[in-house]
Amino acid sequence: MSLYVTELRRLAKRRLTRIMLVLLVLGLAGVATALAFSSQQRSPAVVAQAQADADAQYRQAAKDWEKMVAECDAAQARGEQTEERYGPNCGRDWQPQPDMFDPEWSLPYEFNFRGEFEMIVAVFAGAVALFGFVVGASFVGAEWSTGGMMNLLLWRPRRLAVLGTKLAALLSLLAGVTVLLGALWTAAFWLIASTRGSTEKVTAGVWQSVGLGGLRALALILVAGAVAFALASLGRHTAMALGVAVGIGVISEIGIRIGTAIAGVSFGDRYVLSTYAMAWFEKQHKLLDYEACNLVQGACEPAEMIITWQQSGLLFGIGSALILFAAFWIMRRRDVA
Amino acid sequence: MSAVLEIEGLRKTYKSRRRGVRNALDGFDMRVETGQVHGFLGPNGSGKTTTLRTLLGLIRPDGGRMAILGHEVPAALPTVAGQIGAIVESPQFFPHFTARDTLSLLANAGQVPATRVDEVLELVGLRDRAGDRVKTYSLGMKQRLAVASALLKNPKLLILDEPANGLDPGGIREMRSLMRDLAESGMTVVVSSHILGEIQLICDSVTIISLGRRVAFGPVDEVLAAHSHGTVRVRLDAAEDLAAAAEVLSRNGVPVARHPDHLLLNGVEKPAMVNRLLAEHHLYASELAPVSVDLESVFLELTNTAPVPGQHRQVDESVRIGGAEQSGRAGGGWGA
Ligand SMILES: Nc1ncnc2c1ncn2[C@@H]1O[C@H](COP(=O)(O)OP(=O)(O)OP(=O)(O)O)[C@@H](O)[C@H]1O
Ligand SMILES: [Mg+2]
Repeated sequence: MSLYVTELRRLAKRRLTRIMLVLLVLGLAGVATALAFSSQQRSPAVVAQAQADADAQYRQAAKDWEKMVAECDAAQARGEQTEERYGPNCGRDWQPQPDMFDPEWSLPYEFNFRGEFEMIVAVFAGAVALFGFVVGASFVGAEWSTGGMMNLLLWRPRRLAVLGTKLAALLSLLAGVTVLLGALWTAAFWLIASTRGSTEKVTAGVWQSVGLGGLRALALILVAGAVAFALASLGRHTAMALGVAVGIGVISEIGIRIGTAIAGVSFGDRYVLSTYAMAWFEKQHKLLDYEACNLVQGACEPAEMIITWQQSGLLFGIGSALILFAAFWIMRRRDVA
Repeated sequence: MSAVLEIEGLRKTYKSRRRGVRNALDGFDMRVETGQVHGFLGPNGSGKTTTLRTLLGLIRPDGGRMAILGHEVPAALPTVAGQIGAIVESPQFFPHFTARDTLSLLANAGQVPATRVDEVLELVGLRDRAGDRVKTYSLGMKQRLAVASALLKNPKLLILDEPANGLDPGGIREMRSLMRDLAESGMTVVVSSHILGEIQLICDSVTIISLGRRVAFGPVDEVLAAHSHGTVRVRLDAAEDLAAAAEVLSRNGVPVARHPDHLLLNGVEKPAMVNRLLAEHHLYASELAPVSVDLESVFLELTNTAPVPGQHRQVDESVRIGGAEQSGRAGGGWGA
């Protein structure tokens, strides 16, 4: 217990933890503020204005069309060729219809809690996961590279317990930060939705799925922190974790994408990690196989492939378990010098 | 007297695919009695730090047994760790924390009362700088902090690997009296150092290691006596008689080394015998003094690391005892 409290203290004392936390809060606040400013509530006046705009656009278009038809008729009367310029039948078939001018398009953006909050949760999860990754990697990486770990092992010779306690301290900090900021994040967007957006149809079911989304976010954040911790401990350096992350990012997001595209592999994106991250949040992610389409022949229904959040969970779960296992296994055996 | 520290036949082998196998410790033995200040000496790369690291569970031995305070280690390390304070080769600390934070985190982790932190800071003379970040410390200040961290537990066994590294003359002298005081209070101190003058002053006993094996051990005076070889310095009334004297003595089987104004004799058991021999040839000694050897010369002789003019001795070129089964290259090093 004392070691756990000590490690929490150490983690909280670290400058990097504090700086990253400030950056995280600033970043999240920035996103919320930007969204608050761009969202405008659809009050009756705004809706009426949009309707009026749409009507005006329709009338303008109708007028333009009538004028064009008239011009075309006149040209035909002069015996000119009109097909090319006005289309067949002087473009009479293209008469604008009122329903082509949806007032929806003239409406300003309005934040809709029910429809958009899930995506907002994913943004939050991404930001906090990045925080978790950096803090997790440097927490143990700097300890190794500065000799702090060796010092600690002189006091606490049980290596697995030491590494496990450090990991537990990191994960509890991350969980705490996630819950706290997550609550603030939800409150902030609820506030934005109720003052500058819409809270329509936010039922108990919606809240439930928001809650589940939050849990998935928490899981992703903890996994990011734990994986960074394990990688940095394996390589005894913060840079190890960051390097692996960048390497995998480049290989997976760019290399595999390009490679599968060149090789003409169907559903190449199923080998890309970010696909699984998206599936994790969207519950299922649809991949379309445009390779199978022959676009010259016009529209095509591309083949589909569904990646589910369970598949993502399995992949991330097994991957991080392997890395953690390796970190603890090596910790047990290695020479600390 | 009981042993606080026992090591028998300790082996540590470093394997490298490119460079083969290196026996950093090659059947090393060591024994430290309770309440002693024990010097642990050896040339660079002889295995001192490796021994201490192995003892503290930082690296795994490939063979041998070790016991601290009667407990077999590394198995019992969790039980005895609270009674061992150690610094291993200028330990590093997290550079962005202050000395007080560093120590207080260690104290927390080891369930040492927080008041002890200020006590040890005072003890090593860092009281007024305890709030500074370790990054801003000088070498000697870091070393003092390291010593403070080792003392924090108020250990029964204190292991100091080159504690004087970077200390100023005053600091070295303080360290000397600190170790004496600690030993008087019942603590056992194992100290590795290259400053043999210091070791000779403060240590009750020593172990000398060379290429991973023990070459000498025991109480300091015994080690010195065993290697003084009965060296005697002789001066004559008339310096021009030195040649004649050397002639007489070597004819009688006494090894003589000539110096401009004196002779050094070796293996003399009774100086009076020398005097008689000289007098018989009408040579009269004005001085006939047994030369007391110091630890440094014994060390250089035992480890065979005395500098030879015109040669640059390489590390690993020190004495190997019982090394016949070792790889052919003289002085060991990376074998096949
Ligand atoms: N991690 C390692 N890999 C390979 N060889 C090593 C390693 N650590 C130490 N050695 C070798 O083991 C031998 C003993 O090293 P050690 O650090 O114990 O020497 P030392 O007696 O403490 O020397 P010094 O007086 O210079 O501190 C050296 O030859 C060294 O090169
Ligand atoms: Mg050393």
